[in-house]
Amino acid sequence: MQHDDVIWDIIGNKQFCSFKVKTKSQSFCRNEYNITGLCNRSSCPLANSQYATIREEKGQCFLYMKVIERAAFPAKMWEKVKLSKNYEKALEQIDENLIYWPRFIRHKCKQRFTKITQYLIRMRKLVLKRQRKLVPLSRKVERREKRKEEKALIAAQLDNAIEKELLERLKQGTYGDIYNFPVHAFDRALEQQDEESEEEEEDEEEEEEDDEDVGKSEFVAEDEVEESDLSDFEEMNKLRTSSDEEEQESSEEEEEEEEMEVETKASRSKGKSPANGSAARKKRAYVEIEYERETEPTPKSRAT
Amino acid sequence: MDFTEVPVSQHNKGKKKKNKTPKKKRVSGEGNGDGGGVEPKEEQEEKMEKSEQAATAFPPSFSVSEIKNKQRRHLMFMKFKQEKRKQKLQLKKKKKKEREALGDKAPPKEVPKTIENQRVYDETTVNPEDEEVAFDEGTDEFSSYFNGLTNPKVLITTSDRPRGRTVRFCEQLATVIPNAHVYYRRGLALKRVVPQCIARNFTYVMVINEDRKVPNGLVLCHLPDGPTAHFKVSSVRLRKEMKRRGKEPTEHSPEVILNNFSTRLGHSIGRLFAALFPQDPQFVGRQVATFHNQRDFIFFRFHRYIFKNEKKVGIQELGPRFTLKLRSLQKGTFDSKFGEYEWVLKRHEMDECRRKFQL
Repeated sequence: MQHDDVIWDIIGNKQFCSFKVKTKSQSFCRNEYNITGLCNRSSCPLANSQYATIREEKGQCFLYMKVIERAAFPAKMWEKVKLSKNYEKALEQIDENLIYWPRFIRHKCKQRFTKITQYLIRMRKLVLKRQRKLVPLSRKVERREKRKEEKALIAAQLDNAIEKELLERLKQGTYGDIYNFPVHAFDRALEQQDEESEEEEEDEEEEEEDDEDVGKSEFVAEDEVEESDLSDFEEMNKLRTSSDEEEQESSEEEEEEEEMEVETKASRSKGKSPANGSAARKKRAYVEIEYERETEPTPKSRAT
Repeated sequence: MDFTEVPVSQHNKGKKKKNKTPKKKRVSGEGNGDGGGVEPKEEQEEKMEKSEQAATAFPPSFSVSEIKNKQRRHLMFMKFKQEKRKQKLQLKKKKKKEREALGDKAPPKEVPKTIENQRVYDETTVNPEDEEVAFDEGTDEFSSYFNGLTNPKVLITTSDRPRGRTVRFCEQLATVIPNAHVYYRRGLALKRVVPQCIARNFTYVMVINEDRKVPNGLVLCHLPDGPTAHFKVSSVRLRKEMKRRGKEPTEHSPEVILNNFSTRLGHSIGRLFAALFPQDPQFVGRQVATFHNQRDFIFFRFHRYIFKNEKKVGIQELGPRFTLKLRSLQKGTFDSKFGEYEWVLKRHEMDECRRKFQL
């Protein structure tokens, strides 16, 4: 005989129930046939000989029923009824199967069924949405790649490559007339080969002094503007491109430099420092070394 | 048997003898044995000694790995290595002497082997005059750009819920690439984003994927039906982390430098990058964006340059820098399930040889 009260007396309060999970505020029942999931007198499947649940398998909902007549046959205790996929029809099915059953169980069954259908709908929606795929990273591979990257970076010599490419482009003339350098390159090459250039230099010495003054004043004007502002260079370029005088003067400056290799560095630097602006004051010695071979002094920009 | 002293001839083998069994020590070089039974043993020992002496003088006929005793094996190996090193040094010295002796007539220094030198020849390397390649490039998805018909318009976005670093990275990228717009993702599906972009005349969609608050992936999708490239992003440096950097990049369109894209695959990736920027760079701005490929890593740098004279140029790094590694190239727009992959990084196949590169 099924003595529900006795069973509940034992497992509910006094002794052990293996399905019971106790927390501070509430106790839960882990039995898979439990309808509410809480550990109560009316919800315990063991302590109720007439009981019903809804369970879901692979998207299909079933109504399980247990009656006292089958209490002696544990294998056939639960009667399984497949519910229709249509929500209303399924509710009607529940009603007709659980007719004359206690209100509590009917109500809870319908509630549970509603919940299950809701979460099934959500599952189906999520599958259609974007699914985040987690790709595992292998630590070894990552380490190796990092090392390879470092080595590749060293081998790349990026700054040199970029500078070389830019100079190539300048040589090929992609920049057009923005920079005046190519002209000077040819002039200088010619002058270096010609022996007569030395005479020309001496002749133009006198002229240079006048031109120096002209040059100085222009450079001084630039000095007033902040040297950190790179637009300075553009101004300088514009100044250069504008007048012919400047071209002459710059070519003379080259010769100046060649002469000045003989002269002391100090005097040269005096003539050139206004051109550099205050930027190159610290690096003046460094800049001077460049002058021995190159053309106009330009303010040194911060290079990486 | 008497314990005779270890003969002098054996001393030069030094350490080796420490581990020798005491049996050998009993042998004397003088054959001072007691009975006949000892002599054959002695002879055997002598022969072994001689062969071992010979062994150190000439290269051993057995390899070091055949010695079973670990300690002894280790010692032998160390000796072997020392010998090798010594020989190498001697060779170097000799060569140096010869070179000095010859002076001007010395043969030129040999070029050291680098990975770039030893690179396995890739048959898809593009020959500059290749007609087929030129024809392909004239008719592919970028042809409209390279013919000057379309101007690039880039949409930059991230994965869901980007964190600070990624957001800042996106913003900086937007300043580097002209005509770029940053939009927040807010959980939209890319497949729906793409048609919207096409409708609004975007030419590129750039999605920066984030992992643990750091950008680590980049999906570059050319619209309307262009190739989609998926890269792994590493070593991202934002602008404020750069040393000695210049001011903010201006609005001028930068020039583009593409280095070392040699194979067919490299070419298509190179064109992918080139089409990000407008066709006519403004030289007034003096800004240059570089994509440099080295050993399948693409380094991106953004500089401002200034020509000091025709032989010298100074560059100043401005913008963000990062490295990319190509993971896959897909033919159509982004479609991870049904897309047709033109190229996928297969680690086991492609990373076997250290001297083989794909780009």
